[in-house]
Amino acid sequence: MRIELERVTHTFGEGSTARTVLRDLTLTLTERRIGVIGHNGSGKSTFLRLLNALVLPTSGRVRVDGLDTARDAKELRRRIGFLFTDPDAQIIMPTVAEDVAFGLRRSGLSRSEVDRRVRDLLVRFRLDGHADHPAHLLSGGQKQLLALASVLITEPLALVMDEPTTLLDLRNAAMIGRVVANLDETVLLATHHLELLEGFERVLVFHEGRVVADAAPEVAIAAYRDLMGREP
Amino acid sequence: MRTSSLGLFRPGDSPVHRMPAGWKLLILLVLGVASVLTQHWWGVSAALLVATIGSYRAAGFGVGVLWAQVRPLWFLLGFTAVVQVITVGWQRAVGVSGSIVVLVAVAALVTLTTPTSALVDTVVRLARPLAPLHVDPERLGLFLMVGVRCVPLVADLARQVREAQIARRATTSTRAFVVPLVVRSLREADALGEALVARGVDD
Repeated sequence: MRIELERVTHTFGEGSTARTVLRDLTLTLTERRIGVIGHNGSGKSTFLRLLNALVLPTSGRVRVDGLDTARDAKELRRRIGFLFTDPDAQIIMPTVAEDVAFGLRRSGLSRSEVDRRVRDLLVRFRLDGHADHPAHLLSGGQKQLLALASVLITEPLALVMDEPTTLLDLRNAAMIGRVVANLDETVLLATHHLELLEGFERVLVFHEGRVVADAAPEVAIAAYRDLMGREP
Repeated sequence: MRTSSLGLFRPGDSPVHRMPAGWKLLILLVLGVASVLTQHWWGVSAALLVATIGSYRAAGFGVGVLWAQVRPLWFLLGFTAVVQVITVGWQRAVGVSGSIVVLVAVAALVTLTTPTSALVDTVVRLARPLAPLHVDPERLGLFLMVGVRCVPLVADLARQVREAQIARRATTSTRAFVVPLVVRSLREADALGEALVARGVDD
């Protein structure tokens, strides 16, 4: 997958309340594992939302495999799945199996094929024992696994993950980290759990809407720690 | 964190679970229309209440489950009943309150015994003839889905706001309850909308 950002700037609000969260960003991303780190409000989430056309740039252009996010949002969202920080915000259907199946509602697949795919994913994420349970009664880690399964059911080529472990304890965060490490899809992961970036090919460090470091994990994380050490 | 399971589907193999979703919705509709009339006949309301308890038993649920569905109504019911007793007599009070309890209980029984996807499929199928009138059946189904989803969500938000109120000793302030509840509900609605778009629903 090839992601290209061309002089992308994004501003929320207008006039005196305007706040620019991304500034003149130009990047080309082709790696299969890309980490995104930075302090709260540095522009990470907006950057990730640009890739799925949840946010459109105020100026500049974002293209994924040649598709322009401003024009081809529908096709783009088929290729790129999005995982939010709070799984509760992402779970739509009341029960676990129904939520996973939700993404295939308009797929045209037969009921038996949908059921098979749902079952396979639930088994893969060890949620098969909870298929008919209310989704919101799952533990935090299980909810995030459910949200991931609900994204993967549509077979996206890439996954964009916006701090999926921030609300989880260390054990569940490590569990999600292991699941992410074993995914076949391209992954762009924003996180404050820096250990999850082990084995990643490239890490971007965001600071005040700009990429201030772009390197292998060890180098980028060191730059981030250095930056945070200098901040008041 | 406790989470509300109010009206959420509970799997089972009872006759009520096996009844097609369309029939359940039809019964609910008939009861809704009939409730307008039965408000005048307290005896009918009482009989329907007994039938509702019987339906819960047939679905394998105890009186506790039924009580959990109607308990949130106690304030509204109490207020309505008192006003009715004073203004139009106890028979009418029983009729009106009974109708409300029956409707809420039966509606909850429908969602307790029917997977949401089956309800949505039925609504989408029923709405298909409306397509020439520019009514999108899938969108109608989506409204239903989001509506069902929002019941436990808002109930939980209300509980969290109430707990925060108690922690800050602002238990008597209506504003301290309503303002954060509305703000948080709007924020949740925003997040839910974004999640729907991310999952390709708005395509």
